[in-house]
Amino acid sequence: MTHEVIMAGFGGQGVMSIGQLLTHAGMEVGLNVSWYPSYGPEMRGGTAFCHVIVSDEFIGSPLVTSPTDLIIMNRPSLDKFEQTAASGASVFVNSSLIDREVKRDDIKAYYIPANDIANRLGNVRVANMVMFGAFLACTGIAPVDVVELCFKEMLGPSKAHMIDVNRKALREGMKLVDK
Amino acid sequence: MAQKVLIKGNEAIGEAAIMAGCRHFFGYPITPQNEVAEYISKRMPEAGGCFLQAESELAAINMVYGAAGAGARVMTSSSSPGISLMQEGISYIAASELPCLIVNVMRGGPGLGGIQPSQADYFQATKGGGHGDYRLVVLAPSTIQEMIDLIVEGFDIADQYRNPVMILADGMLGQMMEPVVLEPKKRIERQLPAKDWATTGCDGSRPRNVINSLFMIPEQLEQRNLILIDKYKRIEQNEVQYQSIDIEGSDVVLVAYGTMARIARTVAKKAKELGISVGILRPITLWPFPYDAVAAIGDMPNVKAVFSIEMSAGQMVEDIKLGINGKKPVYFYGRTGGMIPSPNEILDYICDVLEVR
Amino acid sequence: MSIIFERPRSLTDKPFHYCPGCTHGLVHRLVAEVIDELDIQANTIGVEPVGCAVSAHDYFDIDMQEAAHGRAPAVATGIKRVWPDKVVFTYQGDGDLASIGMAEIVHAAARGERITTIFINNAIFGMTGGQMAPTSLLGQVTTTSPHGRDAGSAGYPIRVSELLATLQGAAYVARVSVHDVKNIARAKRSIKKAFTTQIEDKGFSIVEVLSTCPINWGMTPADSLKWLQDNMIPYYPLGELKVDGEGVINR
Ligand SMILES: Cc1ncc(C[n+]2csc(CCOP(=O)(O)OP(=O)(O)O)c2C)c(N)n1
Ligand code: SF4
Ligand SMILES: [Mg+2]
Repeated sequence: MTHEVIMAGFGGQGVMSIGQLLTHAGMEVGLNVSWYPSYGPEMRGGTAFCHVIVSDEFIGSPLVTSPTDLIIMNRPSLDKFEQTAASGASVFVNSSLIDREVKRDDIKAYYIPANDIANRLGNVRVANMVMFGAFLACTGIAPVDVVELCFKEMLGPSKAHMIDVNRKALREGMKLVDK
Repeated sequence: MAQKVLIKGNEAIGEAAIMAGCRHFFGYPITPQNEVAEYISKRMPEAGGCFLQAESELAAINMVYGAAGAGARVMTSSSSPGISLMQEGISYIAASELPCLIVNVMRGGPGLGGIQPSQADYFQATKGGGHGDYRLVVLAPSTIQEMIDLIVEGFDIADQYRNPVMILADGMLGQMMEPVVLEPKKRIERQLPAKDWATTGCDGSRPRNVINSLFMIPEQLEQRNLILIDKYKRIEQNEVQYQSIDIEGSDVVLVAYGTMARIARTVAKKAKELGISVGILRPITLWPFPYDAVAAIGDMPNVKAVFSIEMSAGQMVEDIKLGINGKKPVYFYGRTGGMIPSPNEILDYICDVLEVR
Repeated sequence: MSIIFERPRSLTDKPFHYCPGCTHGLVHRLVAEVIDELDIQANTIGVEPVGCAVSAHDYFDIDMQEAAHGRAPAVATGIKRVWPDKVVFTYQGDGDLASIGMAEIVHAAARGERITTIFINNAIFGMTGGQMAPTSLLGQVTTTSPHGRDAGSAGYPIRVSELLATLQGAAYVARVSVHDVKNIARAKRSIKKAFTTQIEDKGFSIVEVLSTCPINWGMTPADSLKWLQDNMIPYYPLGELKVDGEGVINR
């Protein structure tokens, strides 16, 4: 089992955090993991993205060149990464902000109105967690309670008040692909 | 076993230094290694040590020179353009036989270049980037765990031989995160000599200590150099480290270090699916270079070709050719400027050379 | 309000890449307007720093050279000694000029090098992500002074203009700000005087521009302007410190 994931969006949409969350959760369930971010001034305003690999095999290159999963938070990221996806990949598209559909027919698209759901929950900043919930439900990489423990730890005491809304966002996202 | 934690390479560098007993850090910001100093600026005061942001790399390396001469475990960290600026100081440190650790998280050059990962400072690190006949011990980790281990060991090597040690990492190792155990692997027992040469203030109970590299009389300077040369020979005899993976019976051998060695592992896996068996030789010490291990590949009957894969225009390949000494064809594949060769393009190149597919 | 809307000839039509509310772009515009008004576009050669303005050649429609971090005054000296009749300026941040490049700026000023320096003091290393600068204020939190700049370990912020004004070769030294319309107009007058000082062959000239870095200060653009006004100006008083080589304080 190997998932090679790219998560991409505007700087500030929290793609780095959900990348770290997946890495952390993967580690907790005993898998090999790596996280590699885009870095530098590109992150100001431009697209930010990270590469996450979760695998039961040894991880060589931490660079993801043909992702098996894409979590796409904005339109420029879809334009940038759709072509790179491996055949059969799952693509999670933030349909609140992205006004087009996936063009390729050899990949499976999930349209998640993440910003709308996050707004409904009262904090647009948890749109990333809605997306992550959908991804988690599809891939089943880690049980939800492990993921919740991980983000509790990552948020730390100073952001403890954010735990609840993050948990809700995660669950809402999971529901969307729970059939 | 101690618990695994997820940590960014640059932060692990800072934590490892503190673990190794380093209590003095001098540095100047530069991407992609800013998190080293940022982390240490928080951690060092907690550990009772000194963090100082110097006004430049030139100042930072001279602060290192001063602190090392005063007997401290001291470190600096930078990236390619900053390391270039340090070369004068590094030459003085080597000449004065001062132990210290210098971290280079390489980025694309030359000139101002870019900020993405690169391995184009191999020549500078291993062949003497500054003036004069001197050597740095150059250690090239390929995982964050190994980076922690080599930093701890690097301080010991520096103290044992009174020589500067460089950790040669790159932007990918600095920026990536992976799980590590935050405790050094079992250390090789080393006899670390007392720093009785350090400038600690002389009360007359011992001869004065003077840290100096000026010798105006050629005979004397040559004597100095002979002492250094002798030390470098000892390091070459004792300190070579490398890892070989599945070399016995392989069709081709990839030689790669650091990030490229990780990519080599992926290449080997993919090659196997095509029926090509790929062995990997991963130098861990770039100086001293594992010439003997490379030479041994030259004598292996199965091996059809040796490939150096690098994020450079071809630097380590020169040492591989020296080691192979004409016994096998040596090929090179590399990308520059912050481009990271993908496993597939390397595999394509190997297939082209072997004329398979 | 032509300042805001008309694009000076000496600027290209490339949109600025700076963060929202960053004053780098505004100062570029002021410099370009001065170049236009003095009609020296064809005679001016710029030297850009390593810092957020590293790609100033994308915006200034003139010949430019990129210098290594901090070395712009030395590079400009080289250019000026080849072309004494051209106008040569450097554009540098506080890390570039007052940290790594302190030696070069002091010696260019001491030599009375006929160059002009536009010095962007935003009290932080912008490009590398918010580390402490030599001009960061005491108590200012940065990524390398996580508990606020502490004089005991990091020393005191440097008043570059006052320091350079002590040098005989410095003919024009002024500190300005761009936090409101009135000050923007003043800043432009100073920049023009600095270029004129060079053209009239009087010596070295520098304008220190108090600027904002909303991103690394962690503030909105509006709060940044207010922070500059409330915190930087008291420590870095505005005014001309030297005009025509005379040590006048003109505040
Ligand atoms: C020799 C060298 N050291 C360090 C750097 C990294 N570096 C790039 S810009 C910069 C500081 C920028 O700060 P400043 O000059 O204040 O400009 P700002 O971005 O704030 O406008 C540093 C340290 C470099 N490029 N070269
Ligand atoms: S980081 Fe700061 S100085 Fe740089 S462009 Fe952004 S706001 Fe301006
Ligand atoms: Mg600055």
